[in-house]
Amino acid sequence: MLSKKQARAFFLGGTLVTFLIFIGLTVFSLSKDVDQTNHDNITAEVVRGKEIWETNNCMGCHTILGEGGYYAPELTKVVDRLNAKYNDNGEEVIKSILMSKGPWQPNGRKMVAYGMTEAEANDVVAFFKWIGEIDLNGFGKVVGVDRKISPIAKERMNN
Amino acid sequence: MKYKSQKVAYWFFALSMLLLVLQIIYGFIMGFARIGFDNLHEFIPFNTARSVHTNLLVVWLLSGFMGAAYYIIPEEAQRELVNVKLAYVQLISLAVVGVVAIVGFHFNIWEGRKFLEIPRPLDYLVVVNVLLFLGLILVTLFKGKKQTTTALVLSMGLLFAALLYLPGMLPFDSQVTDSFFRWWVVHLWVEGVWELIMGGILSFLLIKLTGVDREVIEKWLYVIVGLTFLSGVLGTGHHYYYIGVNKIWLLVGGIFSALEPLAFLAMALFAVNMYRKGEKKHPNKLALYWTLGAAIVSFVGAGLLGFAHTLPQTNLYTHGTLVTAMHGHLAFWGAYAMIVLAIISYSLPNMTGRKLYDSATGRMAYWFSNIGMIGMTVAFGVAGVAQVYLERKFGMDFMAVQKEISIHFVVLIICASLFATGIIMYIVDFYKHGRPTDEAIEIKE
Repeated sequence: MLSKKQARAFFLGGTLVTFLIFIGLTVFSLSKDVDQTNHDNITAEVVRGKEIWETNNCMGCHTILGEGGYYAPELTKVVDRLNAKYNDNGEEVIKSILMSKGPWQPNGRKMVAYGMTEAEANDVVAFFKWIGEIDLNGFGKVVGVDRKISPIAKERMNN
Repeated sequence: MKYKSQKVAYWFFALSMLLLVLQIIYGFIMGFARIGFDNLHEFIPFNTARSVHTNLLVVWLLSGFMGAAYYIIPEEAQRELVNVKLAYVQLISLAVVGVVAIVGFHFNIWEGRKFLEIPRPLDYLVVVNVLLFLGLILVTLFKGKKQTTTALVLSMGLLFAALLYLPGMLPFDSQVTDSFFRWWVVHLWVEGVWELIMGGILSFLLIKLTGVDREVIEKWLYVIVGLTFLSGVLGTGHHYYYIGVNKIWLLVGGIFSALEPLAFLAMALFAVNMYRKGEKKHPNKLALYWTLGAAIVSFVGAGLLGFAHTLPQTNLYTHGTLVTAMHGHLAFWGAYAMIVLAIISYSLPNMTGRKLYDSATGRMAYWFSNIGMIGMTVAFGVAGVAQVYLERKFGMDFMAVQKEISIHFVVLIICASLFATGIIMYIVDFYKHGRPTDEAIEIKE
């Protein structure tokens, strides 16, 4: 039968080993050789865009990379999606929403009116564009424009 | 109650109750917004309500854990707390930091990183506050007559929780790296070190309530926390599947997070077996309900419902949907809220000297809140699964899907009302116990 001492050794040993593996995998997955985030393409605008994204807590409603509030649309592939919807004017649509003085309310669900300057809106768009280029191991397809649309859904959307 | 200084715990628990009520109010604001009644949008938009809701959860649970430590550590170490006045200073500063952060959220002052919205300057105050708390607990423990396994596991959980707050304060230019290290805090807290805290409190309660030999209980405590870390540390990988890092995490995260329910299963089996084995019939039935309830509901909420969407093949579609909210609600309720309510139910009669061990209000509080929360979980689950199919599989527009599933939020609000009734009853019972008193020391538990 297991003794208390053995149980403690299992706890301490298991924790130490898994934590060391975790640190090793962290170093590996953040190393340059396996980068899939286009880290080199992070420009000053992208960084400013991220700053605006954070200081306004956009994640409190939207999701990005699948993380956020589930109250407003996923924005990982937002530029592509709106380009497809508005004849390649996706960026302009995003900017007009961000710069709007009144709350944008698709289907009655309100977004805070941020009334950003054009420069700020450009930074946020740059951030979205960088996000959109990340290799997400397949998730990009699930939330992007080229997701499979079933016939039932098409019929439904057309009605 | 054996030591006068244990009374400090009462005020931490009272703060917890106050913040819990506020958390529920903000939950209702979000629920109503989802069915179209967002009349408070001008003052409390959804992102404010959400940040308040989740941050209050963290603060009230931490306050509960701290109260639990202030109650348990003196009793385990067999001495008074080293400095009671500083413990009150710590309580007040915790409350002030929490309130300032939450007020700030209403004025667009935050960091906009899910669960870690508290702005940076306040982060430093949190660190100071937690250091003070840890100092008081650890000095008491090591100056005490005994350092029991229960006390060590509890203290280790609290110490690691404090250390793991730090990676969340590192600044990054990349959203991916930012997210990567945010999970070091959030995941390694709730699926790692917080389970040590839960295990420590659970073990203390089982020793007191069942009378089973301490050596037996503490041996299994090691096995359980061992399983927790063995699966939970590498299980962090389930947050890394689709955020822009290497595919290796699909494999590592998939395997180890699939093992995470084992730790919760072990905890549930452990609690139930100890209860069966126990010869002592402690009269505090309510504390026993909450203790066993925590072990069982956490297995369902954190273990099973977590498993339901943790495999990469499933998570590809459920990632970023209401399915996560389904799991989150029952997991936090079972694993952490219920264990805090358990230690409160156990310690309150001991601190106040009023043996309201088995009141009708207390029992109803237990059943209403649990049934309400299970109903809420089902509502989130149905909404989430419908969202996955309509939006992710059939490609419908996000807002069109939200309209389709809004009916489930009506159900959610109804269940939440039952839940809230239960919580109010719990607080009524809390209030009926009166204030803590030194005279309670003479009363036998």
